[in-house]
Amino acid sequence: MLELKDVHTYYGNIHALKGISLNVQKGEIVTLIGSNGAGKTTTLRTIQGLIHARHGSITLEGEELTKIPAHQVTMRGVSQSPEGRLIFPRMTVLENLEMGAFTRKDKDGIKSDLERVFTVFPRLKERIKQTGGTLSGGEQQMLAIGRALMANPRVLLLDEPSMGLAPILVEQIFNIIGELNKQGTTILLVEQNARMALSIAHRGYVLQTGTIRLQGSATNLQEDDEVRKTYLGEH
Amino acid sequence: MQLVRRFLPLVIGIYLLLFFGPLAGFDFFRIVGEIYNKPSLLLQQLINGLANGSIVAIVALGYTLVYGIIELVNFAHGDVFMLGAFMALTVIGATGVTETSTASEKLTAALLAGAAAIIFCGVINVIIERFAYRRLRNAPRLAPLISAIGVSFIVQNIGLFWGGLRSFFPIMGVNSAAPKAFPDLIGRVDVFKDWFGLDLPITLSTKELMVIVVAAALMVGLRLLVQYTKIGKAMRATAENRDAAKIMGIDIDRVISFTFLLGGALAGAAGLMFGLYNNTVVFTMGFTGGLRAFTSAVLGGIGNITGAMFGGILIGLLAAFSDQYFSSRWTNAWVFAILVTVMVFRPTGLMGENVGQKA
Ligand SMILES: Nc1ncnc2c1ncn2[C@@H]1O[C@H](COP(=O)(O)OP(=O)(O)OP(=O)(O)O)[C@@H](O)[C@H]1O
Ligand SMILES: [Mg+2]
Repeated sequence: MLELKDVHTYYGNIHALKGISLNVQKGEIVTLIGSNGAGKTTTLRTIQGLIHARHGSITLEGEELTKIPAHQVTMRGVSQSPEGRLIFPRMTVLENLEMGAFTRKDKDGIKSDLERVFTVFPRLKERIKQTGGTLSGGEQQMLAIGRALMANPRVLLLDEPSMGLAPILVEQIFNIIGELNKQGTTILLVEQNARMALSIAHRGYVLQTGTIRLQGSATNLQEDDEVRKTYLGEH
Repeated sequence: MQLVRRFLPLVIGIYLLLFFGPLAGFDFFRIVGEIYNKPSLLLQQLINGLANGSIVAIVALGYTLVYGIIELVNFAHGDVFMLGAFMALTVIGATGVTETSTASEKLTAALLAGAAAIIFCGVINVIIERFAYRRLRNAPRLAPLISAIGVSFIVQNIGLFWGGLRSFFPIMGVNSAAPKAFPDLIGRVDVFKDWFGLDLPITLSTKELMVIVVAAALMVGLRLLVQYTKIGKAMRATAENRDAAKIMGIDIDRVISFTFLLGGALAGAAGLMFGLYNNTVVFTMGFTGGLRAFTSAVLGGIGNITGAMFGGILIGLLAAFSDQYFSSRWTNAWVFAILVTVMVFRPTGLMGENVGQKA
């Protein structure tokens, strides 16, 4: 469904992605793990079109995404909960969620998706009139995920949804991600928390300094010695 | 001790003001005496200040809108306001109306001039953004600022050139740099006396009424647009977080263009209002008027729409008060003294919030 072929991305002279190839099939959760600075966020930003790849190609169901501007990538069905959450601090929770559905015209669909977000995150419903900037970190994370869902995307990109959350909330967020996937959302999940990510994903890729180091089914990766040592902290 | 430390600067400030203020027209006891003897004059100046301030506020909105969205002080904005006044004057000249024409002829001419100035300035502003600022959007902050100063000079010179085209536009008069008479299409009918038969010691002329009503309508309209329409929400989103706005599917280039269109249109409307109210326009009015408008925007908290409106009106009132009671020579000094004082104690302006890009 989503396919990256030999993608190279640069920040000025810094060669951040050195030929990434990966794919996400319809209905899958695929996780991208790797240590700090490996290029996970850069991969998601490149897919979204926030930065453009210098070489390589990105396609969504055969449609080229490589060179088109970010807003058009969104219109073609990619949305994300970005690193740092990037919620709109002076807009209310409801306005933030409405912004997620910015490109949509189907009023009924938007309404039912809003209901779905509120079912998944009842906390957001309680705080519907509060401005985004005054939410707690965890609530902001929920808002960022909820906002991405409001786009009713074909592929949902999640950049470290567990960041800064209490362990119990992490568990809850991962349950929700699994649930969303069961309801049919295709997900590319970037995580530091490799253990949790591999526990809900179908497949995974291990990224190291801009290249794919390992790939395989989640079960295989969980049993891989190198993964266990480096990313799962086992000895 | 704490209390003394807190109020000491204030006490010293008041002392200095009473002592040295008279040098710059601020003679406290004389002013109190004048107000006591003729309070209606103060009210009259409030009305004048409100009218002048309304025009300043409309121009200030253009600074604040652009700053809010791309954090650029668009120095050329004041000069676009001047172009608006010139466009209005040119159109009025072309329609051939004079102060003795019928009311409906005058109204038609004013509406035509307004439409022309609004469209012209909106489009000019979009072009300025496209060619002078867009490529510099991710450059260090100083680069677009210098570019803006350059555009300001260019636009000012376009005004100077335009003012010299007397063979095409006789209404421009003989000297390109000289102030140009702007036909008085509204006249000075006293609303209180001639419409309502009230015999008050103060007057509210139809001109002032027009300026205040039009400005208020524009401000309310802008507020509603930004708050409730789709493009308004896209503007807010782009202002708050550009990357997030892109992820939402917002074409930020279009949103920024639209913001310049809006700011330019407001400047065009303000240009016409200025001409109709003051009956004289000159190619440097964008510099002086722009500086005051920019000051208003900063005073209110740049980036904040309500702040710009209040800042503009506050500065209009202050200027009118200073013209009457201090000395018009010192008005600019007082306006900027107030600005500096407010900035020292409230760097974000009167209504500025301290919410950064990152939540
Ligand atoms: N704007 C930028 N300018 C220059 N270099 C950058 C920029 N953003 C990222 N990089 C570099 O690109 C590399 C990949 O960064 P990226 O943010 O993709 O890492 P990451 O895998 O998401 O790390 P983390 O787990 O810490 O979020 C890093 O070496 C980083 O320093
Ligand atoms: Mg990252």
